[in-house]
Amino acid sequence: MINHAWIIPVLPLAAAVIVALAGKRGDRLAGSISAGAIFFSLIISLKFFAAFLVNPAAKEVSWVWLKSAGNLTLEVGMLIDPLTVIMLVVVTFVSLMVQIYSMGYMAEDEGKARYFAFISLFTFSMLGLVLANNLVMVYMFWELVGLSSYLLIGFWYHKPEAANAGKKAFVVTRFGDLGFLIGILVLGYFLNTFNIIEVGTAAQTGKLTGGLGTCVALLIFAGAVGKSAQFPLHIWLPDAMEGPTPVSALIHAATMVAAGVFLVARVFPVFTASDTAMLVVAYVGGFTAIFAATIACVQDDIKRILAYSTVSQLGYMMMALGCGGYFAGVFHLMTHAAFKALLFLAAGSVIHAVHTNNIWEMGGLIKRMGITGTTMLIAAVALAGVFPFSGFFSKDAILFAALDAGRMDLLVLGIFTALLTSFYIFRLFFVVFTGKPNSTQPGHESPAVMTMPLMTLAILSLGLGFFAARFEHFIVASLGANREILHQHNRLVPMFAFLAVLFGFGWAYLVYFQKAISATLLTRKFSLLYKLLKHKYFIDEIYLFFVRYVMLVVSAGLAWFDRQVVDGAVNGVAWLCRRMGAGIRRLQVGRLQAYIFAFVLGLIVLAVSLLVTHPDVMAIIP
Amino acid sequence: MFLSIILATPMVAAVVIMFLPRERTIWPRWVALAGTFLTLVLTAILYFRFDTSTVGYQFPETWPFLSALGIQYAVAVDGMGLAMVVLTAIIIFAGVLASWDMLDRSQEFFALLLVLVTGVFGVFMARDLFFFFLFYELAVLPMYLLIGIWGTGKKEYSAMKLTLYLMAGSALLLVGILALFFNGDTHSFQLAVIAEKTFSKTFQIIFFPILFLGFGTLAGFWPFHTWSPDGHASAPTAVSMLHAGVLMKLGAFGIIRIGLELLPVGAQVWAPYLVIFTLVNIVYGALVAMAQTDLKYVIAYSSVSHMGIVLLGICTLHPIALNGAVLQMFSHGIMTGLFFALVGMVYGRTHTRIIPDMGGLAKQMPFLAMAFMVGALVSLGLPGFSGFVAELLVFLGAFKVYPLPAAIAVTGILFTAIYVLRVVQKIFFGPAKEQFEAIRDANLIEKTCLAILMLVLLGVGIYPNSLVKIINLSIEPLCALWGALS
Repeated sequence: MINHAWIIPVLPLAAAVIVALAGKRGDRLAGSISAGAIFFSLIISLKFFAAFLVNPAAKEVSWVWLKSAGNLTLEVGMLIDPLTVIMLVVVTFVSLMVQIYSMGYMAEDEGKARYFAFISLFTFSMLGLVLANNLVMVYMFWELVGLSSYLLIGFWYHKPEAANAGKKAFVVTRFGDLGFLIGILVLGYFLNTFNIIEVGTAAQTGKLTGGLGTCVALLIFAGAVGKSAQFPLHIWLPDAMEGPTPVSALIHAATMVAAGVFLVARVFPVFTASDTAMLVVAYVGGFTAIFAATIACVQDDIKRILAYSTVSQLGYMMMALGCGGYFAGVFHLMTHAAFKALLFLAAGSVIHAVHTNNIWEMGGLIKRMGITGTTMLIAAVALAGVFPFSGFFSKDAILFAALDAGRMDLLVLGIFTALLTSFYIFRLFFVVFTGKPNSTQPGHESPAVMTMPLMTLAILSLGLGFFAARFEHFIVASLGANREILHQHNRLVPMFAFLAVLFGFGWAYLVYFQKAISATLLTRKFSLLYKLLKHKYFIDEIYLFFVRYVMLVVSAGLAWFDRQVVDGAVNGVAWLCRRMGAGIRRLQVGRLQAYIFAFVLGLIVLAVSLLVTHPDVMAIIP
Repeated sequence: MFLSIILATPMVAAVVIMFLPRERTIWPRWVALAGTFLTLVLTAILYFRFDTSTVGYQFPETWPFLSALGIQYAVAVDGMGLAMVVLTAIIIFAGVLASWDMLDRSQEFFALLLVLVTGVFGVFMARDLFFFFLFYELAVLPMYLLIGIWGTGKKEYSAMKLTLYLMAGSALLLVGILALFFNGDTHSFQLAVIAEKTFSKTFQIIFFPILFLGFGTLAGFWPFHTWSPDGHASAPTAVSMLHAGVLMKLGAFGIIRIGLELLPVGAQVWAPYLVIFTLVNIVYGALVAMAQTDLKYVIAYSSVSHMGIVLLGICTLHPIALNGAVLQMFSHGIMTGLFFALVGMVYGRTHTRIIPDMGGLAKQMPFLAMAFMVGALVSLGLPGFSGFVAELLVFLGAFKVYPLPAAIAVTGILFTAIYVLRVVQKIFFGPAKEQFEAIRDANLIEKTCLAILMLVLLGVGIYPNSLVKIINLSIEPLCALWGALS
């Protein structure tokens, strides 16, 4: 059966090629071909999922891709374990929802064919990434995921902001990728294998310990930091909203950002072998979670709020993984995929209706957009983590992971993040959907092709949590058969978390629904803090400073050096030759007197030197 | 006879072109196309008939020439040579397509181009140092006329600079070659005979750097690279393609074939120091490319950076990295051919090469934009294209010998991503500009030219073993030399 798994990524690839080659001629069919291909991928993925529920043992298959002198063999292969099948289902499912939705959302767009080709390429890359059995192949698809998001974020290339955002996403994530690539080189040096299982075994058997193990883990983590938008490489994700909104849903839920978390989970033994690495992962994640949540509280752009929310939630997942909460991290990836995709698609539906991204220009939309509003509320509640919505279970698991690891600081941080999360998401909901309409646009419900995916995702956002226990055994099986599941059954943690959510909700309710507290008054009172958050802690400005005043200055300086000094030396040699030629030329101007003068002078010099060195020659002269 | 036929085909085509009636300016390009197409087909046959189960030279041919001086006409190819012959055949075919509209003195233009290609083929096949050098010069000299007559900008300066610079390199080579000839009791130019000689350590230490610098100049070795940006910028499209695509590889090829194979001990002594210079090539080249505003200069400096990866791979003397270096020679050759073809096509339409003056061109010329994007992606080492595999192999091998320099070299791919995507963005993205309203996309000839190059890049990227398997056959015996030493 595993031999047929390659069909899953190849179907969307084939769709991408067909749609791209057909070009404008295939405009009408592009969406159907692309969505159809991914539909069949989903079916096959579900079959794999069912098969692995019965027998979760990992299966691997591989072929030789490249054989080089110097004892190097690179393989293409697939490794399928519970983690893989979960990711397969998540990716194909979210991609299918996004593509169906896009048929409505992008119906009027000129570049429809290009759009669907790119989306299919994106899905292909992500599926290849989760199936890969070795890290070189993971890296290859990792880069293709980066390329696809570059193409999709910059889809409306005539808009300078979009073109910029695409480039920024690629370059910033590539910064992290450098680390990943060097990590691969280190593995090649010490282990001479890139196979995920073999690397994992090496880590478990102590071949990757001490400084070396930490080094490899942190280098790989650098890649994850870039792709999963962790601090300080998070800056590309909020700008990524310049792409079409369904693309944001895909990037934020199932592809691209999920890749980083997936990678850490994929080579989890490498991380668990090093306490330092785990510590770094946990704290980078924890910091990112609260850092991004604070920014999300003051943004005005609906997509930007959601973008920072994603950064924050990804931080949550990393924190869970860093605390050893393998299940918690992966499960949150799943539930988050459902409700974040829903949030973005619902936001897209709103934007589609009112033609603005600014939440203050919306308002009161629930009356005119019943389905969008309701589904968005479900997603918001799930994100906030209210029982019995899916987010509750996965967030709870994360907090327990922090507790299990004995990291009380991260636990407190996590609970506080939950408070902020609840605040910003209900702030968004209240401002957009309740109160008086502020929009000049009439606003209307989106067509069924767009609302159907919303409702499907809403059901999942609601229901996924009930299978938490079932998933736990299944997911943890990826780590090896006899992994014990430990839990401190602490009632206090969910209680505090619930109180935090309630507080956040209440705060948002008072300020933005009841308007009992004036929002403007608050911003004036805490103006300094407000400014800091509004400008996203000025991180973008710091980067810009480095690019503009360090990198570009160095580059211009070197260019000057190359032209003036290196090439100057070349021209200098040429100049010197010419001058010497000009100088010597004077000796040969055809003046006979000068020649004779030189000749006689030379003769005298020779004669004198002969006399001085050999006085006895005088004797021969008669 | 097979190799000699490939070698002679472009030369014969050149001669035929010179005998065409003067007023038929369109005929030469058809003859050139036919000649290069025939070469391409023959090369393909050569590739498939090449026996991958044995190491060593295949299709050997020898004819006595000057026996008194130990000179023979001897040609044969090994894996590395074959890869380069294939590269050359592809580039010249695409180059003829890219200069389809060259009607100004077309007879001389195509004839010189074909003569140059004969020289290139000769270098890759020669098994005799005398002929090696002869073909080497035959490949370099027509460049002077091609740039000086059909070039743009400060073409006389560039042509003179390039020729003098490369002649200086050749002078060093001649010294090295004569030293190889005179050393020992048997005086011979035949590579097979010279390979049997054992050169003393001192001899190797003295003459390896001379040969390295001689060839390195042509390969764009820092700091002897400045002929290349000016030369490439002034040269007409097909000449840039050939020059950056193939001629720079002659240098790298020579370093391996003559320097490494004949003077392995010298290479071992000098390599650790040369590695530092190659890092400068990679990182400095990329940073300087970032500051350029002329599109051709960007591509030229990107060549300096990419050739740095080739030279790094060579200087590690590690089998994996050497494999990567040769693959990178192939990959960069096709990639830079694609780039220069594109620059020519874009310039032909916008009449500017200044990047800030362009913008939004993806709207008018989506195909050219796509092709340029492909070139950019290969350049920044995107998996799926040949450049990635080559760079990965170089990095993997280099890291095993020089971990820190390898890690520094890896940062080059970040800088490359920055400048190359910036160029793509500035030329093709953003709002469409009014003055470019009437521009049309690529025509069929241009599309064919670009498609061939793109498909090769993609094909090798997806199935790199198609070339690595062959290149291995040269690298294994080469690395056995150092194995035997230790």
